[in-house]
Amino acid sequence: MSSLESLAADIATGVVQIVDLTHTLDPDFPVIILPPEFGQCARFRMEEISAYDHRGPAWKWHNLTLSEHTGTHFDAPSHWISGRDIPNGSVDEIPVEAFVGPVVVIDCSEGSAKDDDFELTPEVILGWEARYGEIPKNSWVLMRTDWSKRSGEEYLNMKEDGAHSPGPTPDAIRFLIDERNIRGFGTETVGTDAGQGTHYTPPYPAHFYLHGAGKFGLQCLANLDQLPPTGALLMAAPLKIKNGTGSPLRVLAMVTK
Amino acid sequence: MTIELLPPPRKDPQKKTLSPTRPPEARSRASLGLSAAAAEGRFALQVCAECDTVQYPPRDACSNCIGTELPWQEVTPNGHLLAETTIRASTKLYFRERAPWRIGSVKLEAGPVVLCHIHNDCEKNAPVTMLNRLDASGQGVLLAIPTTRTNNMEDDPQLRALSADPKHRRILIADAWNPNTPAIAKALLDAGAATIFVGEAESWRPHPNRRELNEMDNVNVLPLDVTDTASVSKLAGEIGGKTDILINNARFMRPGGVLDRGDTGFAKDEIEVNYFGLMRLAQSFGPGMMGRTADGVNAAVAWVNILSVNALSNSPEYGCFSASNAAAYSLSQSLRGEFRGAGLRVMNVFVGPTDDAWYQSLPPPKVIPTSMARSVVDGLQRGLEDVWCGDIAKDVRDRWRQDPKVLEREMTTGGDHA
Amino acid sequence: MERRSSYKGVAIIAPFSMPYQRYSIETAHWWVAKALRGSLDAADVRPEEIDGFSVASFTLAPDTAVGLTQHLGLCLRWLDNIPMGGASASVALRRAARAIQAGDANIVACVAGDTNQIDSFRNMLSSFSRFAMDASYPYGYGGPNANFALLTDRYMQKYGATREDFGRICVAQRSNALNNPNALMKKPLTLDDYNNARPISDPIALFDCVMPCAGSECFLMMPEEEAQRRNLPYATIGSAIERHNAHAEDDIQLRGGWTLDVDELYEMAQCTPTDIDLLQTYDDYPVISMLQIEDLGFCAKGGAPEFVRSHDLTITGDFPHNTSGGQLSAGQAGAAGGFIGMVEAIRQVTGTAGPTQVRDAKIALVSGFGMINYDRGVCTSASIIKTGSRA
Repeated sequence: MSSLESLAADIATGVVQIVDLTHTLDPDFPVIILPPEFGQCARFRMEEISAYDHRGPAWKWHNLTLSEHTGTHFDAPSHWISGRDIPNGSVDEIPVEAFVGPVVVIDCSEGSAKDDDFELTPEVILGWEARYGEIPKNSWVLMRTDWSKRSGEEYLNMKEDGAHSPGPTPDAIRFLIDERNIRGFGTETVGTDAGQGTHYTPPYPAHFYLHGAGKFGLQCLANLDQLPPTGALLMAAPLKIKNGTGSPLRVLAMVTK
Repeated sequence: MTIELLPPPRKDPQKKTLSPTRPPEARSRASLGLSAAAAEGRFALQVCAECDTVQYPPRDACSNCIGTELPWQEVTPNGHLLAETTIRASTKLYFRERAPWRIGSVKLEAGPVVLCHIHNDCEKNAPVTMLNRLDASGQGVLLAIPTTRTNNMEDDPQLRALSADPKHRRILIADAWNPNTPAIAKALLDAGAATIFVGEAESWRPHPNRRELNEMDNVNVLPLDVTDTASVSKLAGEIGGKTDILINNARFMRPGGVLDRGDTGFAKDEIEVNYFGLMRLAQSFGPGMMGRTADGVNAAVAWVNILSVNALSNSPEYGCFSASNAAAYSLSQSLRGEFRGAGLRVMNVFVGPTDDAWYQSLPPPKVIPTSMARSVVDGLQRGLEDVWCGDIAKDVRDRWRQDPKVLEREMTTGGDHA
Repeated sequence: MERRSSYKGVAIIAPFSMPYQRYSIETAHWWVAKALRGSLDAADVRPEEIDGFSVASFTLAPDTAVGLTQHLGLCLRWLDNIPMGGASASVALRRAARAIQAGDANIVACVAGDTNQIDSFRNMLSSFSRFAMDASYPYGYGGPNANFALLTDRYMQKYGATREDFGRICVAQRSNALNNPNALMKKPLTLDDYNNARPISDPIALFDCVMPCAGSECFLMMPEEEAQRRNLPYATIGSAIERHNAHAEDDIQLRGGWTLDVDELYEMAQCTPTDIDLLQTYDDYPVISMLQIEDLGFCAKGGAPEFVRSHDLTITGDFPHNTSGGQLSAGQAGAAGGFIGMVEAIRQVTGTAGPTQVRDAKIALVSGFGMINYDRGVCTSASIIKTGSRA
């Protein structure tokens, strides 16, 4: 039996489970909010073209409006100024092998429950590695905060001084890139950076360093609590959008029972 | 003495809702001048440019000198009630359903004798004051009221039929985010509105009006995003059958003309909110409201749009925003036509720059929320179709009426640089 | 002002009334044809002998008198369309007489007729006049009821008339109508009935209002010697007047255009009000009959209430008035309502009125009033006709 045949059999028998890490695309799902004088991320919108009616008697379909960065989505290197010169840095150019790889999950849910501004630091990462071993090269690294269980106003958690949600420190991101050479970094929050990420140096360190190094970002992930710390396989293939800087995703993980 | 209008009892679900009927709509072209004046609440009649004779009914030639220049001018609304009748039988369903209906002959101080509606508090053979109001067909009609206020006079059925009075009505304000929303809600409640629904977009983020609105009695904040068809139709499904007045104050604006930004991003947002937002609201709420224009004390009565006065003539500093408002204004005219058959009014409130963040860089005068709220309530109470709020709006209106091309030049000067 | 020349030498013959119907499925064309045929048969005149034709109708649309010529197969050298409603009879008479005197026509048929289909009254109202469309119907859409209610209200305020005064006119006409087998109203009317009637548009109540119906009326005119040659009973014209938009300066119409021409009316006819044997007023509401009684010189302005209290208006009374029951009791057949008094008066002075005949009637005054263009009737007319040759 080939490895794919055995995988197929394992999926069929439930030995390997498929976990959906995606939020439903829904007009009410939050998007990142920038100061209003900046351009804004389009909200997800769906307009009926027809619904078995005078506009089309036997069929129903919709037109969609959304941003590359609406809902559960992929950030390509070209998304950030630091990654604009990366070769093959847009979603249509990235080699497809990059979209599928091993995934580790760093559970920060306890800290995040206590502190909206919980920081993923090198120390937290090292602590995790002390338990689960060193993060393998070329892994997806996901920061679990259980933030995906929040809804409504709690999700962005906007205050007068901006959003408050957990994220990585500049040092932590540098560590993952320089010391562990990861594939990409993913979060349950609206961005790969913390809500207050603009106040780091550099601002938005996850975006800045990841994309500058040709790494990818995943955000608005869900169901990270259903993944093991290590050992799962993640598939996050963006739509093939010419010069696209990102894409809405259906993110699937394979988990061995 | 007018009996105070009480809040209506809850509707009997077994009774058929009365279908809308209307008073006669047909008018000569000359007569539409009366409607145009009524749209702004002016009592105006044709006055002969040659001999100053005041004309009524509207004519194409002066009944005194056969001159043909007969501009509409405001004239004194004072008169004397000569004769009256109470109509108890009419072949027109609108009046048949509302009988008895009082009409009379009034000798105007300005000269002509007019047939007009008579407020119930008018005394026989006594002085009266005339109002020129839009009726349910959208045409200007004359109503005689007492020269001095009487108790509850706004509750007179004939006067109320010529208004869109918020009293006892349930009103949806489309956009909780707009800085003017709390003031409008408060003014409507002060005017006797029964319930204010306020639509709130993106409740997943906080906005400055939420607490104030939540603290007001009889205000319900409900999810509504005018850029989202599903959201609009969902709310219409919930409250469309009890929305008597809809105030569309949703606004998206960013400064700049065509070249400032070099993209269509904000312009799209402006069109999404300011133009398509109006269309979505109308498609979802319009039919239900049109079906309820004869539904008793709190029948559906008016649709209100808050528009920038730059809908009339573009201000390039806010060029794309102006264009979206021009589109909305044009759409509102279509809606007027489409709503007309049901007798649902469309009131446009044209405002000058408002005193909020997006007009921060403009010098005063600016429209503050309470004065906009006053304009909205006053316009509804007087059944107006066009309301001009603030000095700048009135200034633009006057210049536009005088010569739209000259105004365009004034609005589009290139500055002094070479 | 120069006086107009006399109407002598012209005979009015062959009065014919087509019995009225409350509602009709027929058209105005049918009703006009029926009345015309009635008069022709009565006078034994063949259609091709007619060379003049005068028509009054509200419901011929899209036709006018022109369409009727082809429709009825009439070849004419004189054609008149009289859009004057209640004033049309004396106007038609006057103009046809002039045509005959001038030799423009030899035999003229004057017809008025309208149908009344279920919705035609309402439809007619909505397209009646521009001023009414602009400035009257939007106010309660009371139609003529409301217009005449205002006039009645003002008249009562000014001259102290009471509802009973108006009621006397209605009650007397009903009594006359009971002698007219073609009248739509068949039941006697008492002053109590009148007073207790359903209010329509205060102070007007049900019996102040006419009942719209379908009907038609016709008479023929020809040179007097022609009528004599044919041995037909005929009437002659003592005088006839028409006047439009008189007294525009009056705030409310409490007098009509008759006042401008009444002196000439009697002078030409060489008689005075006391010589009048019967009066046919246009009576769509009793108040307008009062205006005519005053303006035609039977009493002073404001004196009509007292006049009707002190006179008996029935066929056998001292002041026979609207002897066939008038429109109030016979029905208002559109423009034929303008002819009802004239056709009845012709019958009266030619001694052919049958059950409504006033004894020894020789001089009749027929008055017309029409076209509430806005707040008042714009057209007034009147004529005095006399016995030419009795049946």
